[in-house]
Amino acid sequence: MTLTMGRPMREIFGETVAELADDDPRIVMLDGDVGSSTRADIFEKAHPDRYLQMGIAEQNMMGVAAGLATMGLIPFISTFVSFAVVRPLDQIRVLIAQTGLNVKITPGYAGLFTGQTGMSHIIVDDMSIMRAMPGMVTVSPADDVEARQVLRWAAAYQGPCYVRLVRDATARIFGEDYRFEFGKAVTVREGRDVTLFSTGTQLPRVVEAADLLATDGIDAHVVHVPTIKPLDVAAIVSAAVRTGRVITVEEHSVIGGLGGAVAETLAEHHPTVVDRIGFQDIYPESGPNDALLEIYGLSAPRVADQVRRILGRA
Amino acid sequence: GHSSIGLYAAMALRGYFPVEELMTFDAAHSRLQGHPDMTRLPGLDMSTGSLGMGISAGMGMALGARLTGRDSRAYVMLGDGECQEGEVWEAAMAAARYGLDNLIAIIDHNKLQQYGWSGDGPDGRTPPQMPGELVAKWTAFRWRVLEVDGHDMTDILRVLAEAARGDGRPVAVIAHTVKGKGVSYMEGRYFWHTRAIKPEEFAIAMADLGEPLLAGEGARP
Repeated sequence: MTLTMGRPMREIFGETVAELADDDPRIVMLDGDVGSSTRADIFEKAHPDRYLQMGIAEQNMMGVAAGLATMGLIPFISTFVSFAVVRPLDQIRVLIAQTGLNVKITPGYAGLFTGQTGMSHIIVDDMSIMRAMPGMVTVSPADDVEARQVLRWAAAYQGPCYVRLVRDATARIFGEDYRFEFGKAVTVREGRDVTLFSTGTQLPRVVEAADLLATDGIDAHVVHVPTIKPLDVAAIVSAAVRTGRVITVEEHSVIGGLGGAVAETLAEHHPTVVDRIGFQDIYPESGPNDALLEIYGLSAPRVADQVRRILGRA
Repeated sequence: GHSSIGLYAAMALRGYFPVEELMTFDAAHSRLQGHPDMTRLPGLDMSTGSLGMGISAGMGMALGARLTGRDSRAYVMLGDGECQEGEVWEAAMAAARYGLDNLIAIIDHNKLQQYGWSGDGPDGRTPPQMPGELVAKWTAFRWRVLEVDGHDMTDILRVLAEAARGDGRPVAVIAHTVKGKGVSYMEGRYFWHTRAIKPEEFAIAMADLGEPLLAGEGARP
């Protein structure tokens, strides 16, 4: 499968939330002084009265979002994943997750693609943290098409949610007829030998890796898990039953994220050997995107190499 | 936060729930949790408990009132020790930026916190701030600062009426208070922040406050 490039998810973010706000006066955008990066500036141009600059003060931003939600407004949060998750973590826990208030935590700059910013701006464990938090749901879209749909879903969803977006353009995997379903995994490629579970923008690279594996006679089944919580347990078990062998691939720590979630689920429902490809308990360095994918084994050829090695077919 | 017991008493007297339910405070399955939980008790506008967060939520309510065209004010109670939290000053910065004169923060300035720094103050501890520090800080953050005797209800009503007359700035009311006010052995003693009262101490406290004991109260267990 030859994939075309999609548009940068951050542009989809600014555009889609602005479009949603055209029809819904309750939608407001809170920005932690990165609107020119996350493209919340697109929203600001469309709805200057509902763009709320919060300054470089993320803890207060989360609390203000909670307060706005009590007044019936629907706040979307613009900042980077690192500053949306760990810096104001207690504010999210107490004021948003424990209250169930209708705040949309929708940061950009998930994963490795942070524009060469450095270790502080790359967060490897955001899904682990948000998935573990009671009262919070976690969604990780794979491309620009899905990101637009997830943002539309988030606006309509009643309650707090965490949607992790990516800065740069990545390959497009879904056609315009694709429909995101909250809590549902998606079979992207049918195969019989091994199931490759993926999430976020790692998915297109896993699909390309599956094509490379096919030339070696390995028939991979590829399942995309956009909703990390609540997890689609039935789909995960069914894929494990089908292939009997499971590998997870994520641009994220293997501890607690997709790999952790799949391993926990299968241990409980259908014990299966699970290997986890991703960051192995490290802090990645920053650099050019393609170089980083090579270094951390997440480019399509490097994923294919690791799968071959795991399956003893190297 | 921990002043929830006072909040619950006020809510019960206002008819939010039966006064008898106050006796369930801190009990298992009670709607009256140690810190207020809006998902359990109707009538609470926000759950609080982790210090520094209330003022941000209050700012969101004040800003939300403006955005939705409501003529309402948000009142936030803070401790003076709580003003050590960085989030308080994030909110102070942002609320001044938005000129939210419908946001009123009341700071309980009793000059004590749970434990504090060691020093030459009462019981070998020092106050959470130096004298005048809170007024100077809130003023520097471009808030309108009003001061009040936090134990004088007439003065409190005066200052709240004054605070409601907005001038484009959020309002910080510094309420000068005494921890344990009116109870001879508690006044100004930091350790009563966490200490539980014994029955005989309860009897002394009620006598100090000029309140009658009910049958069975104040007896040795």
